[in-house]
Amino acid sequence: MTRHTGSFIARRLLQAIPVILIVAVGVFALLELAEGDAVDAFLAGTGGGDVAFAERLRQDWGLDQSLPVRFLIYLEAVFTLDLGYSVAVSMPVMQAIAIRLPNTILMMGSAILLSAALGSFFGGIAALKRGTPVDTGITVTGLVLNAMPNFWLGLIFIVVFVVKLSWFPLAGIATIDGPTDFLGRAADIAWHLVLPVLTLALTYMALYLRLMRGAMIETQASEWVRAARARGLPRGRIIRRHIARPALLPVVTMLGLQTGNLLGGSVVIESVFSIPGLGSLAYQAVAQRDLPLVAGILLAGTLLVIVVNLVVDLAYARLDPRVTDDRGRAA
Amino acid sequence: MTRLGFGGWFGLGALGLLVLVALAADLIAPGDPLDIVARPMLPPFTDWAHPLGTDQLGRDVFAAMIHGTRVSLLVGLAAAAGAIGIGIVVGTLAGFLTGWVDDVLMRVTEAFQTVPTFLLALAMVSVLGASTPNIILAIGISSWPQTARLVRAEILSLKSRDYVDAARMAGMRPLMVAFREVLPGALQPVIALVGVTVGAAILVESSLAFLGLGDPNEVSWGGMVANGRAVLRIAPHLVVIPGLAVALAVLSVSLIGDAFGRRLAPARER
Amino acid sequence: MVTPAPEETTAPPPLAVDDLRVSFAARGGDAAGTLAVDGIGFAVPAGSILGLIGESGSGKSATLLAIAGLLPASARVEGTVRLDGRSLLDLPERQRARLRGRGIGMIFQNPGGSLNPVLTVGSQIDEVLTVHRGLTGRAARAETESLLAKVGIGDPRNRANVYAHQLSGGLKQRVAIAAALAAGPSVLLADEPTTALDATVQAQILDLLLDLVARENLALLLVTHDLAVAASVADRIAVAYAGRIVEEGPAAEVVRRPAHPYSHALGQAALPFGAETMRREDLLPELPGRMASAGGSACAFAPRCPLAVARCRAEVPLLTPFGSGRVACFRAGEVGA
Repeated sequence: MTRHTGSFIARRLLQAIPVILIVAVGVFALLELAEGDAVDAFLAGTGGGDVAFAERLRQDWGLDQSLPVRFLIYLEAVFTLDLGYSVAVSMPVMQAIAIRLPNTILMMGSAILLSAALGSFFGGIAALKRGTPVDTGITVTGLVLNAMPNFWLGLIFIVVFVVKLSWFPLAGIATIDGPTDFLGRAADIAWHLVLPVLTLALTYMALYLRLMRGAMIETQASEWVRAARARGLPRGRIIRRHIARPALLPVVTMLGLQTGNLLGGSVVIESVFSIPGLGSLAYQAVAQRDLPLVAGILLAGTLLVIVVNLVVDLAYARLDPRVTDDRGRAA
Repeated sequence: MTRLGFGGWFGLGALGLLVLVALAADLIAPGDPLDIVARPMLPPFTDWAHPLGTDQLGRDVFAAMIHGTRVSLLVGLAAAAGAIGIGIVVGTLAGFLTGWVDDVLMRVTEAFQTVPTFLLALAMVSVLGASTPNIILAIGISSWPQTARLVRAEILSLKSRDYVDAARMAGMRPLMVAFREVLPGALQPVIALVGVTVGAAILVESSLAFLGLGDPNEVSWGGMVANGRAVLRIAPHLVVIPGLAVALAVLSVSLIGDAFGRRLAPARER
Repeated sequence: MVTPAPEETTAPPPLAVDDLRVSFAARGGDAAGTLAVDGIGFAVPAGSILGLIGESGSGKSATLLAIAGLLPASARVEGTVRLDGRSLLDLPERQRARLRGRGIGMIFQNPGGSLNPVLTVGSQIDEVLTVHRGLTGRAARAETESLLAKVGIGDPRNRANVYAHQLSGGLKQRVAIAAALAAGPSVLLADEPTTALDATVQAQILDLLLDLVARENLALLLVTHDLAVAASVADRIAVAYAGRIVEEGPAAEVVRRPAHPYSHALGQAALPFGAETMRREDLLPELPGRMASAGGSACAFAPRCPLAVARCRAEVPLLTPFGSGRVACFRAGEVGA
């Protein structure tokens, strides 16, 4: 099994390379389009220098070369993970991203799982109570939540749960001078993440809701459910094992596809809740026109989506016994 | 026509209302909505000259809401139109020409689909500057992959049908066959995507405006929410009202898209 | 009205059906629906096989589903169904559900369809044992393996851990049979169990059913459209047409010396096992017309019957004793070679 998994991962990563290349081309084009180059930005951020100094920097960084050469230099930098220097946060881009990445992954991962869980649960209920007002109510609620701007929902949560009820903290990911032991810190972080994760999950829930509802309506009518009833299995067990479980597969497939949306949403949510993650770093970069940082985050975001899709595909292969590798044996 | 259902009619009505408001904005609320017109922090429903009150700078909320309709609808519809247009062209070329053209186009599509949409729009606005045309361009460029995939899939399945062969036999050049014969049939499922695309475009625009990256010369609902955030504790309505408008616009477009998608679906299952 | 079979015993038969009527609600919910079963009755003794034969539209599948209680809620069922003497149709659904599996087992036509594709086949038998016999964990799995062996699956320990798509049609049907029998029912209902299988596998499954009926003393109601299948395993055969039984009797009699014109036509159309003469004009006569719908006040078969007379078009023939069975025909026994 591990042999197949290994080759599967390797194959997928290889397939990802053209995508990364194209993205690199796009990002390079974007950087070229900007007025002024990296040296100008660097000097502007670090206090200026004379023309001669600028020219020397350009020579050092290879910015005086022709376009194709500059692209190759850029490519080399990308693949060696040297994404340049960020003036907005005064540290190498790679380092800035690395610091912020875990918070975003934590928030996004929880949001994806929660959104899928809520969507599947309510989609399932809608399917079982199909045609009744419960079904309509659930479907409409999903549509309405999906139509709300996520920052707006977040702000409303803040008004209700932070201002009026004081149940949750306003900002940040951890309390300053908070608990230092592992469990205490974990709980503190979790407490801070409840509202942002909930906001993200509710906004993107509608897709899973619709998927699960459709899938369960299909499985409900399948022959093995009839056979299970013929065997006298109780209704609850049939719903769990024979209707819901096969219906989850399309939902799992979709998990990866929503990652890009959630990552984009996290930019706004991190800004609303002041979470120090990749999203708020992106905002900072854009606000201060720190293009190397923006470019770096674009690339990192893309890579993150690729990795999440890979993980989801692996999970799906474990869950659906009908998925085989090229040689026809179960993965 | 009744097959549109309650949702479809509600969506159509709400969108119609919004379009009317956008077109008649200058009539309903003449003047520049960014002008300071009264004392700050006037509560809503107290002064009928300013029905929704004023914000912390004394600007009329009602006027801003009315004019904000323009930006949201314009950007939403234009960006979606662009995205769908690009998607149709790419999808048709890929589906019809196959071979290496298809491979390359699909890789590019995959790349655009993998990049987080909002981050890409963010980056583009940051590089190109925050003006309405740029925003439309940025959103359009990030949203076309879904349409391209769908059109390509449809074309691939329709290509083998008889009427295509007939056109080919009659000597039509391949691209002409693609666009004249095959494309109209392939467009049906795209109709269902229109609702989603427009809705997403409106949300991206409002998010960009919320982050301060909207067109500074225009009033946008997203920008209003950002503005109201500063006084969230004492005047939450400044946040609630513009957000509701965005939700309403996106919801009506989604409902329309759903209703039309469902209406066309039965005809296709033949 | 049920006429007891010749070898009647004092204990009630495992399965007895009397004047069963099934109608499906019409679209729009008005009173008149579609009548599918119009007064079917029979009994299946323990350790024997009753073959219920009919073409599509004869009501045979609806009969099975009505016995099992698997019809949609909108269907109306009247009459009596007795399981070991206990009446089923007036039981509330909860008790009905408990009897499914424990008292009645059922297997279906599409072998792959009976099995959940994302669960191992073993776990699907385990759960029947858990629900009906209280076995869990290793005890359940041990019993599952012995059930798999009983239905003729080799290497049951490993086979229990595979998924449905990894099995051939015949193996899948064996698993389905094992699952149906796991709770130890006294009655087994089979809806075209071999129709979707290859000819050789068909024979194997039929042999298995014969073996199980004898070993476990089951009462098997085998529904099929294939007279040859019924002829090869059934003790008695009942022929259904337009929602009624038109003939019933020992298998050999119904096949070789059918008393009803329809049974005769069926016999002619089927590939006879070991036919002595195969003259061209004897085989596959075309029956004009289609099966009439159930209900009605005349013999449903009259429009297509070569022996029909005026009385047939005016009155419904009732099932009456005839030889060692029963026939519903005014000219019973007159059709012949």
